Amino acid sequence: MASNTLVPSQQEEDAYEEENVHQVYQQIAHHFSSTRYKPWPIVKQFLTDLRPGSIGLDVGCGNGKNLSVNKDVFIVASDRSVNLARIAQAHQPHSTVVADILSLPHPNSSFDFAISIAVIHHLSTPERRVGAIREILRTLKPASDTVPGGKALIYVWALEQKDSRRGWDKGDQQDRMVPWVMKGTASAGSEPQVFHRYYHLYQASELEQDISDAGGYVLDSGYEKDNWWAIAMRPGPKSS
Amino acid sequence: MKLLTANFLTCAVKGCKAAASSYPLHFKDAELELQEIDFQPEFIHNIIPRIDWEGLRVMANELGFPKIPDLKPEGDALNDEQTMRDLHRVLLETHVMEGRLCCGNCGHEYMIKEGIANFLLPSHLV
Repeated sequence: MASNTLVPSQQEEDAYEEENVHQVYQQIAHHFSSTRYKPWPIVKQFLTDLRPGSIGLDVGCGNGKNLSVNKDVFIVASDRSVNLARIAQAHQPHSTVVADILSLPHPNSSFDFAISIAVIHHLSTPERRVGAIREILRTLKPASDTVPGGKALIYVWALEQKDSRRGWDKGDQQDRMVPWVMKGTASAGSEPQVFHRYYHLYQASELEQDISDAGGYVLDSGYEKDNWWAIAMRPGPKSS
Repeated sequence: MKLLTANFLTCAVKGCKAAASSYPLHFKDAELELQEIDFQPEFIHNIIPRIDWEGLRVMANELGFPKIPDLKPEGDALNDEQTMRDLHRVLLETHVMEGRLCCGNCGHEYMIKEGIANFLLPSHLV
């Protein structure tokens, strides 16, 4: 297991993530958004393959870059940051609300699909990460004999990324503060501003384990460019 | 926020999910705005089977709309262009820009500002 020096006590988790994740995204929202425009290939494929008329969620939608992929489905997107939710609102026919991944404002067992891309690694304890996955699974339609169950595509940042500019790899510290540098503009002086966001970097098979601990079933999983991904379902007749 | 969106929302409080009275949420002091978007008959046609019709009727009634059919259109009714255009207007073009959404179970109210509802809970409700 990784050292837990960065991780706060149970009572302080909310406040810790508020300061080290949520407030940072509020402040960097526009700059962050300008650097995030292209859906990743597996996300694009997952969304493109959905049946027209499918209803789903994008939990932690950020600027909404994945909302432009498929206009034949309807996505209720959510983000913890009001500023990012406002940017994401532009993507018709979809819709955006402000919500917390641990308390989603959606009915049980209702959705055909969900995506949560690069979000769960921002939660600061194993219990909260598993809780977030459990909350997403709760909203998915369970499979029955006649209806296929809903599917959730989850992406998290990988510890194993030795070819990235960060260069982390197996055995390195998993809980980290990662800097976001905003270069100063000419009019506002030239001092760059540095913000730090908390991340838990996932190691191989850890995402699958978290999904299993959340009561889910892993349909498929893999590694794509510095990230681990998995497609999770609620256990149904076919998986049990 | 579109009425279509509201059809897929409920109270964020965990204990309310199992309570029938938490769905649908109830609009209060809603300021409506019409935002036209292209009519896509296929989209409406595909989405209607997924709508909670009673939830939609309750909300539309509370907002003062007269024209929601008693029963969800099915079969041939899904090919009636006027019905589809009416529903396109209600579901996709009618936006609640300001106001509140209230849970019928716990009474908590969620603010809607500039068309975006905020479901973050105060710490005592998490």
